[in-house]
Amino acid sequence: MKKIISVALVFCLVLSCCAVFASAKGEKVTLYVYNWGQYIAEGDDDSIDVIEAFEEAYPNIRVKYSTYDSNESMYAKLSGGGITVDVIIPSDYMVGRMRQENMLLELNYDNIPNAQYIDESFRNTSYDPENKYSVPYTWGTVGIIYNTKYVDEADVTGWELLWNEKYADKILMFDNSRDAFGIAQYLLGYDINTTDEAELQACADKLAEQRGVVQQYVMDQIFDAMENEEAWIAPYYAGDYLTMVEENENLAFYRPDHQGFNMFIDAMCIPTCCQEKEAAELFINFLCDPEISAANMDFIGYSVPASASKEYLDEELANNPVAYPDAQELRNATSFDYLPEDVARHMESLFMSVRNG
Amino acid sequence: MKKNNAVLLSTPYLIWMVLFTLIPLGVVGYYALTDPSTGEFSLVNLRQLGMYLPVLWTSILYSLASAVVCLILGYPVAYFIAHCSQTAQRFLYMLVMLPMCMSFLLRTLAWVGLLNDQGIINNLIVALFDQLRALGGWMTNRLGWNALGGWLASIPEDFGRLTLIRTPGAVVLGMVYNYLPYMILPLYTTILKIDHRLIEAAEDLGCNAVQTFRRVILPLSVPGILSGMTMVFVPAVSTFYISQKMGSSSTVLIGDVIERQFKQGNNPNLGAALSIVLMILVFVCTGIMNRFGGDEEGSVVV
Amino acid sequence: MKRTNRFITVLIFIFLYIPMAVLVVASFNTGKNITHFDGFTFQQYVRLFKDDDLLELLRNSLVVSVLASLIATTFGTVAAIGINGLNPRLRKAAMSLTNIPMTNPDIVTGVSLSLLFVFVGSRLLGQRNSLTFWTLLIAHVTFNLPYVILNVMPKLKQMDESLTDAALDLGCTHLQAFFKVTIHEIMPGIISGAIMAFTMSLDDFVISYFVTGLDFVTLPVEIYTYTKKPIQPKIYAMFTLLFLLIFVLMVISNVIQLMGDKKRQSARGK
Repeated sequence: MKKIISVALVFCLVLSCCAVFASAKGEKVTLYVYNWGQYIAEGDDDSIDVIEAFEEAYPNIRVKYSTYDSNESMYAKLSGGGITVDVIIPSDYMVGRMRQENMLLELNYDNIPNAQYIDESFRNTSYDPENKYSVPYTWGTVGIIYNTKYVDEADVTGWELLWNEKYADKILMFDNSRDAFGIAQYLLGYDINTTDEAELQACADKLAEQRGVVQQYVMDQIFDAMENEEAWIAPYYAGDYLTMVEENENLAFYRPDHQGFNMFIDAMCIPTCCQEKEAAELFINFLCDPEISAANMDFIGYSVPASASKEYLDEELANNPVAYPDAQELRNATSFDYLPEDVARHMESLFMSVRNG
Repeated sequence: MKKNNAVLLSTPYLIWMVLFTLIPLGVVGYYALTDPSTGEFSLVNLRQLGMYLPVLWTSILYSLASAVVCLILGYPVAYFIAHCSQTAQRFLYMLVMLPMCMSFLLRTLAWVGLLNDQGIINNLIVALFDQLRALGGWMTNRLGWNALGGWLASIPEDFGRLTLIRTPGAVVLGMVYNYLPYMILPLYTTILKIDHRLIEAAEDLGCNAVQTFRRVILPLSVPGILSGMTMVFVPAVSTFYISQKMGSSSTVLIGDVIERQFKQGNNPNLGAALSIVLMILVFVCTGIMNRFGGDEEGSVVV
Repeated sequence: MKRTNRFITVLIFIFLYIPMAVLVVASFNTGKNITHFDGFTFQQYVRLFKDDDLLELLRNSLVVSVLASLIATTFGTVAAIGINGLNPRLRKAAMSLTNIPMTNPDIVTGVSLSLLFVFVGSRLLGQRNSLTFWTLLIAHVTFNLPYVILNVMPKLKQMDESLTDAALDLGCTHLQAFFKVTIHEIMPGIISGAIMAFTMSLDDFVISYFVTGLDFVTLPVEIYTYTKKPIQPKIYAMFTLLFLLIFVLMVISNVIQLMGDKKRQSARGK
């Protein structure tokens, strides 16, 4: 009996060693992609599987895909050291911050010919003036998603809906400092890139006021909560609204034009800890291909930064004002810019005290 | 066993433990005393700790509450199992251990599904009231019991939904659920060891069941009680997942705060300082508990 | 009192197993929602086996758990024997050291190990990617060792010294005495330590969460990120299968122990 056990144990040991080393061998290049959650089409609901398509186009590259739920988590993981990743897709202000802190590598556009399709309006941005470090992946807007079955249209007048006592415990809020402070800044009429101490404190106080009516501070958990009607009101990104409304048609999207709302660009970059730069550039190039980009956006619902891709988009999506608001609607939209490190840290600690109470 | 042999055999292990247990704690101390932006020696993290005292206090309260509930629920179970036949004991012991081996994340999520506003329990309650309403209608139409039937039929739609989740009770429930086996097992082992002759002697001397329990069984099971409470208290005070899933936005425990510092706040220094506080807290609590129980060398009663 | 105890025990067992039942039922559900049963299907199991990523995660978890528990068991058994032979003062020190990972909350262990690895990796060795499979393995071995030692030590103490003495008298070397006598006496402790180490490693989430990089992810850590976005039902299928597997393993080990007991009883009866 004991002999059988010891033989079995040795067998397991050998097997596991083989498994470990088998994965280490193999001539494939492994590409680590780190992206937002729910931000790429992976074959669900008959959509294209972008990663699989890429691996078919480049058979010697294997993609390992991981997700994060906010720019700050991604930044914390990268600056904390200890991991390697080849492609990241941060938002505008985070690209700016990482560029300032020399955490990004310059892109070799010889490997990214598809970057030519990116529209003029998305080039030479404030966060990456010479486009040396990033290529736009999507753009979008932030607004309020609400459930028409339970929420009175008359109450939907602006960002203050998120503070409305009538819907206490049915309101969700952003679980990251930048987006949360942004909403408070729009509500109080401040510039969303302010560094003024008094203004930031006023925003923190406003957010602390909101705690009583907030059910939960969420990022990706919002999908389940809104679709199952656990919560009725939440601020979130337009593309995700389009995903949610397919599961629950009672949901509507509202952008407070008069107070202003956030327009963001998420861009693909290569961090300095990258091990496979060429493969990373090939991946970025692949995502910029108009057909692939359109098929991808069809699923995730966000907006393409290239008109050439718009031609391949599903017509309904291309004409949807939620995804593609016209210039008139966008007149009061502003974008985040990167804040100096001490201000960013201060904002983070203010948000932490709002969360902790 | 020859002394040299003993030293030879144990040294690699001792080196390993120093390297991976003591030195990391030193590194934590280093980070706690360092300023996050400049990297120099600074007490800024320690100063910020004061802000988190209420959170620490809340965590202690919740964990103590869970430990007590676990004790109340777990003792009868441990007692019952200890007095079963050998085979039954083995089988029941296995059944108690089994949930511990399964994914704790998924089991907590299952509770979220059960307790949610649109969750399983609430759906059942609403369905029950629906049936009562239908019964009322049937009573009025078929039996002519207008009073009772009318009353039942007037139950409003969707009646009976309780807010079960995002309450302090839900968090305690989550903790009790996850850590109950850690209480049952040490208790069971201790109760098993109680010498039956002592119980018989007590009964012979005229004690009834309650007195026997209070004067003989309970004092003898104290090591198990202390061990169990420690094994529930320590993970409960440091958990972050349970409060995130089952608690409201105002239920913030110290584990949450530490996790946030590392994952979102990019402030490992403050996180390290908080970890040290947590560790000292646990150390003090286990020290107190050991004082009352007398220490047995090297035996976590498992 | 016995009847109330039995009643309470039954209730508690139901309480312990309700969530497991919910998950098992959800694994046969056509819909994604855990609270609504839409229809019966085996689809999720089919999808599970087609999903290479999930299977890879499972493989990762098993590899780490098996390796860590084997290493911890051998290392720990040897260490326990060594510690047992030390003089009382050193023994006490060694046991205090052993108790530290057990009494420390696992978030503190995870945090301290990750800070150590990053510190050593980035500052001292100048590398960028310090959190890899090997650091994960080291972390798992470190928290498994105390469990092994605390399972083997009591058996060592219970063991009759005169047996080893007799073996030595009859001409065995220390090593032979170990393999012929000691190991059989402490085997139950070794096995329970190994099983405990394995299950602790397999389900470990907190420590792995802090220590893992992006290249070698274990199942619980991935489930944590899954639970931040809508969870896919194939996870429930995996849970059900693992549940069945562990249940079967436990029943088998119980039956083996039962047979062993019977053998010993009948041997003593002679």
